[in-house]
Amino acid sequence: MATESEELESLVNRRYEHGFVTDIEMDTLPPGLNEDVIRAISARKNEPEFMLEWRLRAFRMWLEMREPNWAHVHYPPIDFDAISYFAAPKSDADRPKSLDEVDPKLLETYDKLGIPLHERARLAGVAVDAVFDSVSVATTFKEKLSEAGVIFCSFSEAVENHPELVKKYLGSVVPQRDNYYAALNSAVFSDGSFVYVPKGVRCPMELSTYFRINSANTGQFERTLIIADEGSYVSYLEGCTAPMRDENQLHAAVVELVAMKDAEIKYSTVQNWYPGDEEGKGGIYNFVTKRGDCRGANSKISWTQVETGSAITWKYPSCILRGDNSVGEFYSVAVANNFQQADTGTKMIHIGKNTSSTIVSKGISAGKAQNAYRGLVKVMPQAAGARNHTQCDSLLIGKECGAHTFPYMEIKNQGAKIEHEATTSKISADQLFYCRQRGLSEEDAVNMIVNGFCKEVFNELPMEFAVEAQALLNVSLEGAVG
Amino acid sequence: MLDIKNLSASVGGAEILHDLSLSVGTGEVHAIMGPNGSGKSTLAQVIAGRDDYDVTAGSVTLDGEDLLELDPEERAREGVFLGFQYPVEIPGVNNAYLLKAAVNAQRAHRGLDEIDVFEFLKLAKEKMALLGMDQKFLNRGVNEGFSGGEKKRNEILQMAMLEPRLAILDETDSGLDIDALKAVAHGVNALRSPERSIVLVTHYQRLLDYIQPDHVHVLSGGKIVRSGDKTLATELEERGYDWLKEAANG
Ligand SMILES: Nc1ncnc2c1ncn2[C@@H]1O[C@H](COP(=O)(O)OP(=O)(O)OP(=O)(O)O)[C@@H](O)[C@H]1O
Ligand SMILES: [Mg+2]
Repeated sequence: MATESEELESLVNRRYEHGFVTDIEMDTLPPGLNEDVIRAISARKNEPEFMLEWRLRAFRMWLEMREPNWAHVHYPPIDFDAISYFAAPKSDADRPKSLDEVDPKLLETYDKLGIPLHERARLAGVAVDAVFDSVSVATTFKEKLSEAGVIFCSFSEAVENHPELVKKYLGSVVPQRDNYYAALNSAVFSDGSFVYVPKGVRCPMELSTYFRINSANTGQFERTLIIADEGSYVSYLEGCTAPMRDENQLHAAVVELVAMKDAEIKYSTVQNWYPGDEEGKGGIYNFVTKRGDCRGANSKISWTQVETGSAITWKYPSCILRGDNSVGEFYSVAVANNFQQADTGTKMIHIGKNTSSTIVSKGISAGKAQNAYRGLVKVMPQAAGARNHTQCDSLLIGKECGAHTFPYMEIKNQGAKIEHEATTSKISADQLFYCRQRGLSEEDAVNMIVNGFCKEVFNELPMEFAVEAQALLNVSLEGAVG
Repeated sequence: MLDIKNLSASVGGAEILHDLSLSVGTGEVHAIMGPNGSGKSTLAQVIAGRDDYDVTAGSVTLDGEDLLELDPEERAREGVFLGFQYPVEIPGVNNAYLLKAAVNAQRAHRGLDEIDVFEFLKLAKEKMALLGMDQKFLNRGVNEGFSGGEKKRNEILQMAMLEPRLAILDETDSGLDIDALKAVAHGVNALRSPERSIVLVTHYQRLLDYIQPDHVHVLSGGKIVRSGDKTLATELEERGYDWLKEAANG
């Protein structure tokens, strides 16, 4: 009986899968969570008093809360006292010495995705000499940004250098008590990204976590805060198409976006956490709270995401349409294969007048996977002229998988225009035979048909990201048919 | 070229083709006619390798190579092309993308490099001009929202790009207006060559006015019940099929 939680414990605590020698790091806090641990985290990071107070408040709220159990996913209970909440960045001595020491299967996947060599080393956690290509690229990048007045740094740096901005906006979109995982994150978050785009500035390039140096190890409780001031624009890319190895099984991130009057934020995610093996063992649990606040009139926030990883994904990027005429968009592709479980969707909360939202969700299930879409469209009484269009399509590959759609609507204004369309389809034998008769292999045919199914969402991704996303989709559906 | 010997095939337990034999020589054009439900499309799909059909007896070879051993995509790469009676829609997949993937699959099979994008576009536009097709069809979803006639033209475009050794066109003439019929016939005639064989499945003499067949066969009740030259088609137009069915049963 002890097996399940023991197994989980060993997964949570597992350091290196392939038996590298590891010394116990002096700088790692022992497992367990209490106020002292939180004080220790805050102290290690040299945080100002307000941050510590903020964390402690979150922790006290968390103690009173319960883990949600309404999502359409199943997993053994998580022992939060078995997790270590602070680990200093690894020293190079602990890392694989070269790519030769890395799981060949992982390398094979990098190959299929066309990841450049120096990147593979970084992704696989190999100790790399401090200077390689991307560092110099990152430097020019930083110079350009500071010329434009854009602040883009790690969360810790922001706390140190821009405490007034952090104080003003942190928790203003996702309050500490928002939900169980958000409260936990607020108490113990390790690091993350911070972006501030000043008034009237159009950020000169797409911001990507890839260029955020000094923060390779953001850990399992990541925190991101993006503020677009009046009339500004920023496009932010999160994640990475390469499968990220991570010894932490539980990930509970929080992302907060604030768009002021006439500002626009485009947030794109391509996520490929380790989904577990074919049996569903060892994958990552990804419980994320992402929310955007269209705080000013005419502001716009778009979420675009391609999700293929994680054993369990629980994620609802949402928009609060507070400003009049503000616009919220959600474009999503969620793929679930083998034993993966995905419970994703969005919430659009219409508060301002003439606010509009668009939801396009494409769910793909293969193998024994379960894919659920859960969406809420809420129109408040004062939101005159609110409009929503929801398009929810599911594609099933094989007979043992499932797709579930849970659309919720709370409409408190009579004049609101709400449209909902949902379809479920299978890849038909006719389509497959047609493609094969033209010389395509069955696998290529499936990939092509799936990519066609996802087109509306891929169109929203920045060009390069879209190409990567397509390659990723193909890799994640490998062996789904036949 | 194509040799079918004593072929029997069934679907869902029901035998559709019974002991059917047919041989199509290199460089020849054969027409297959016959009543609805007689097994013409079944024959075409069995040759192309659709696995819903069970071949229970007989053989199908192409230049001596056993086709029944090969997967549908291998047959295609070997030069077997089937123009479908009902071309399927593949939403969101760019027509040019499928066309290019098909061309490249064939090239890879022959040990050639992928086709250059500009060369591909040039070739595709050339063939479309030949078929009187608007170039906008390259950027639409595969058969997505195409009219019946547009779908058929698109099949011929694919054939023209792939230049198959053996082309089987299953009622490619159905649903075409006069101009489209001429364009399709033009496309087929352009492909006619001493190295290539073409099998036309059709209900109408009309198509055969534009594409002169070397042989005409009547398929009825899962068998070839009569073969002749192109005058057989004219005779069928006048007399229908009943006299042949009676002859076959009697
Ligand atoms: N999957 C199937 N299950 C059951 N019966 C089938 C199946 N496929 C074909 N048949 C039957 O096989 C017979 C031959 O069909 P086929 O499509 O080959 O006819 P055809 O000669 O092409 O007719 P048409 O001129 O109308 O196109 C028909 O009676 C049809 O109903
Ligand atoms: Mg037919």
